[in-house]
Amino acid sequence: MHAVYPLVLGALLFAIGLYGVLARRSAIAVLMAIELLLNAVTLNLVSFGAILRDQYGMGQIFTLFIITIAAAETGLGLAIVLLLYRQRATSDLGEQRELAEPVEPYDSDELLAVDEVEAGAAR
Amino acid sequence: MSHGYLSPTGVEIAFVLVGLVTLGSGLLVVTVKNLVYAALWLIVCMGSIAVEYLLLSAELLAWIQVLIYGGAVIVLFLFGLMLTRAPIGPTEELNVRNRWPAAIVGLGAAGTLVTVVVQAYQHTWFDPRGAVSLGSAQALGGQLFKYWVLPFEVLSVLLLAALVGAIVLSRRGGALGAQAPNEEAEA
Repeated sequence: MHAVYPLVLGALLFAIGLYGVLARRSAIAVLMAIELLLNAVTLNLVSFGAILRDQYGMGQIFTLFIITIAAAETGLGLAIVLLLYRQRATSDLGEQRELAEPVEPYDSDELLAVDEVEAGAAR
Repeated sequence: MSHGYLSPTGVEIAFVLVGLVTLGSGLLVVTVKNLVYAALWLIVCMGSIAVEYLLLSAELLAWIQVLIYGGAVIVLFLFGLMLTRAPIGPTEELNVRNRWPAAIVGLGAAGTLVTVVVQAYQHTWFDPRGAVSLGSAQALGGQLFKYWVLPFEVLSVLLLAALVGAIVLSRRGGALGAQAPNEEAEA
């Protein structure tokens, strides 16, 4: 089998997962996209394991480890989403702006004052 | 044995066909407007990836993939959807309003990765049948307990930590719950 087939499939699946992580707003949908990302990586690991065939069986063993970690990650992630939903009554990631920097547009005279201060500092 | 793009073997044809199913269902997972359908398409995606594992002669991994992803993880997702009272019908709010940056990043990643991979592995062929002995339960277990015992044990501790963490996080009225003033109003 040509090595390009499984590797390209893994790359495309990774790109799809990346798009999903960025484009989804619901926290659970983002977790699903993260599963796609992890599966793309494990597909690459399995195909490299079949191509290289080292004596330690790294590709498949690492895939086993990643599947385990992914299951733990999903459980914890969903627990966090549930907590978020209980506290905020929404699991929409676009609404969680509490830690974001407050956006305060400057007035024109404030901008003028900043300019004057900077000009004075330059002088 | 001659290799060529124009005379694909049976394994390659099967791999490409199942790969199309994988990509299509993956695309549906990230684009479909109904969250429950997305979770169900994820089952199709995981199942077809298990078939790809079989074609790459990783039989034990294929069954583990079906068991853990097709079973446990999807059930977790469906429970999460149920418990957060996610909208069952199609919703417009599932995607961000401006999807072009995400699409550009995805297409850029796809282009870069595919170019690099094709350039690097253009002339590499392998025989998946030769790796069958590596993927059996016997071989995998032997390697796991011969070379990878320490990571294996560390992983069991990690699973325990994740279990305790999930219980602590989702406990009602605990130390974390006390900080949520509007929790009782929601419950």
